[in-house]
Amino acid sequence: MAVIEITQRIDARGLSCPMPIVKTAQAVKVLPSGAAIELVATDAGSVKDVAAWCKTTGNTLVEQTSDGAVYRFVIVLK
Amino acid sequence: MTTETLAPFDPLADAIAAVDGWPEAVEPVREPGPSPEPASEGAAATRDILIIDYSGDLEKVWATMILASTSAAMGVRTRVFVTFWGLQVFVKDSKRITGENWMQKMMSAMQRPGISHRKLSKMNFFGMGPWMMGRLAKQYGVASPKELLEAAQALGVEFIPCQMTMDMFGLKPEDMIEGMGEPAGAATVIGLMTDNSTPLFI
Repeated sequence: MAVIEITQRIDARGLSCPMPIVKTAQAVKVLPSGAAIELVATDAGSVKDVAAWCKTTGNTLVEQTSDGAVYRFVIVLK
Repeated sequence: MTTETLAPFDPLADAIAAVDGWPEAVEPVREPGPSPEPASEGAAATRDILIIDYSGDLEKVWATMILASTSAAMGVRTRVFVTFWGLQVFVKDSKRITGENWMQKMMSAMQRPGISHRKLSKMNFFGMGPWMMGRLAKQYGVASPKELLEAAQALGVEFIPCQMTMDMFGLKPEDMIEGMGEPAGAATVIGLMTDNSTPLFI
């Protein structure tokens, strides 16, 4: 499996809904297509919300892991 | 006494009578032209979101700001029409008394305008409720309505004030926060709803 190079990291730890999504959207506005972002969040709702955001915006959720209370997502922009 | 017999007014019967012979059962003609859905795009085009912010209550304003910022974050064109008590939310926090006549001034004195001065519809307890809500929000990392408003504006949410309510409350464009859209009316709202917007009334 190819290693994805992260273009930008977004730290949304400690932030509640909808800020992980809002911060992600603000960050990706300036990023080019194909860029990979890593989002870390502690909001348990972000598991479903990040997937929904990717589905609606057309970006690809390529990786999703959780380490206890911290959720990590890797998204490749369309 | 004369009675005049008027022919009943029936435009449909007249139209049928005007047609020679009995019309054939005609299938409604379907233009092969523009189809309602975009043909080449795989997924259906995303509809716009139109939130009507009617309420000035803290919890409803909060919901409005959460949904508006999220909607814009999801790449959906988002408009918020602000009307009635909702308009008070978009007056600058620094404004204390607004309006031109004594009634308008008294209205603003009785309910302080600005997004940071919202009251709860329940359990307000002279500001104790909103204070506790604010403390809890901070504790759990929930963004305040003001922070969400700033995020929504940065993501391109359009806030459209209601012209009629602005007139009624005596609000001037300089009373409102920066970045508000052009004032509009009910026809604009209905026009957007019938066009391509999913409406939400809060």
